[in-house]
Amino acid sequence: MIRVVLPTHLRRLASVDGEVELDVAAPVTPRAVIDALEARYPMLRGTVRDHVTRQRRAFVRFFACQQDLSLDSPDSPLPEAVVAGREPFMIIGAIAGG
Amino acid sequence: MSSVRVLVGTKKGAFVLTSDGKRQKWEVCGPHFPGWEMYHVKGSPADLERIYASQSSGWFGQLIQRSNDGGKSWEPVGNEFVYDGVAGTHMWYDGTQHPYEFKRVWHLEPSLTDPDTVYAGVEDAAMFRTVDGGKTWHELPGLRCHPTGPTWQPGAGGLGLHTILLDPVNPGRIFIAISAAGTFRSDDGGETWQPINRGLHSNFMPNPEAEVGHCVHRIAHHPSRPDVLFMQKHWDVMRSDDAGASWYEVSGNLPTDFGFPIDVHAHEPETIYVVPITSDSHHFPPEGRLRVYRSRTGGNEWEALTCGLPQRDCYVNVLREAMDVDSLDSCGVYFGTTGGQVYASADGGDSWQAIVHDLPAVLSVEVQTIQ
Repeated sequence: MIRVVLPTHLRRLASVDGEVELDVAAPVTPRAVIDALEARYPMLRGTVRDHVTRQRRAFVRFFACQQDLSLDSPDSPLPEAVVAGREPFMIIGAIAGG
Repeated sequence: MSSVRVLVGTKKGAFVLTSDGKRQKWEVCGPHFPGWEMYHVKGSPADLERIYASQSSGWFGQLIQRSNDGGKSWEPVGNEFVYDGVAGTHMWYDGTQHPYEFKRVWHLEPSLTDPDTVYAGVEDAAMFRTVDGGKTWHELPGLRCHPTGPTWQPGAGGLGLHTILLDPVNPGRIFIAISAAGTFRSDDGGETWQPINRGLHSNFMPNPEAEVGHCVHRIAHHPSRPDVLFMQKHWDVMRSDDAGASWYEVSGNLPTDFGFPIDVHAHEPETIYVVPITSDSHHFPPEGRLRVYRSRTGGNEWEALTCGLPQRDCYVNVLREAMDVDSLDSCGVYFGTTGGQVYASADGGDSWQAIVHDLPAVLSVEVQTIQ
């Protein structure tokens, strides 16, 4: 089970509290996790990545195991601790502004 | 018993303000969608309980929300706005061609007859439509693909399609305005379009009277007389008596003819309202005095309406989407400011009171009259 942490605005949009748990078939990659997230919560489509290009939105970042994975390929395997459910995959709204 | 519902979109959420027909005591409900930019919230004329809202964020993009119970509860609906075919290019600020890119929905215009049909004006400028209550959106590409499209250049706020007027008398006729391309009209339900900017004069343009390129801030008409259009342009208040085929200036004795909103009295088609703003570089009222100006003659002769409005040290702005009227016997007029006030007049503008003082900056005000 993959654990996903959503930013506050997206938790509220999806009407969830705390972490989201998703079944994701191997290989577990950022793309596979977002695919599963959007399938479970259709209202999140377009909020994490663009509808058409499937590119991560510029002010959304991906973190796991204290690593910034945002610039990795969306098809890169996620860390084993995420796959095993010991660590969450974190979707973060970038801090911007003064 | 009549009542009024005022739908307010702000920089940080949406609010629903309600009152009985006296319009003296108000209930404030919100914020809905706190923290999100609510560019526009508008109800269906065909079903007053059906409301659509444009919700956007620099982080998470565009969402559309729908309420089926007058704004008490909401559900997200479709948010996929994809240009039809090749998106193409428009002119960038430096004169080069720039790829079209969807950014946000500026305006939602529900059909006059079908609560499931809504038109959406978006940035970069294009028109979309849903016929299934917002689940799916499809572009009407005839506008963006107009031969003048590559010459359209964004205004300071972006290349936004911000105004949509549906003609209640002539089926299929739609008026829209784009900053800074100008005004366009369709006579076939949005399939094809023609620019209607003859008579506009914009000094900032290489050809001040070009067919397109004018920074139109807002247009309005009275439903009983839809061929008479009123326009607040970047500078100049304009009028057309022939469905936009030609325009003439009616700024008259206004202290400044720069501003954003313009609206028409619900029962007097020749009574119009504007909020003069100092200039394009000073987006606040002249002399720090917030004044609505009313013309009872369809322009040219204007009177300042000040009773109940701050007459010193006021430096707010009133944005293009932030004024509307109700249709009660004594027409109510409403506007919101970038300072977070929503002012209401229950007597056609003679006197004003602030319904709320301290909302986030107000982006849009729409009024539903519930008889």
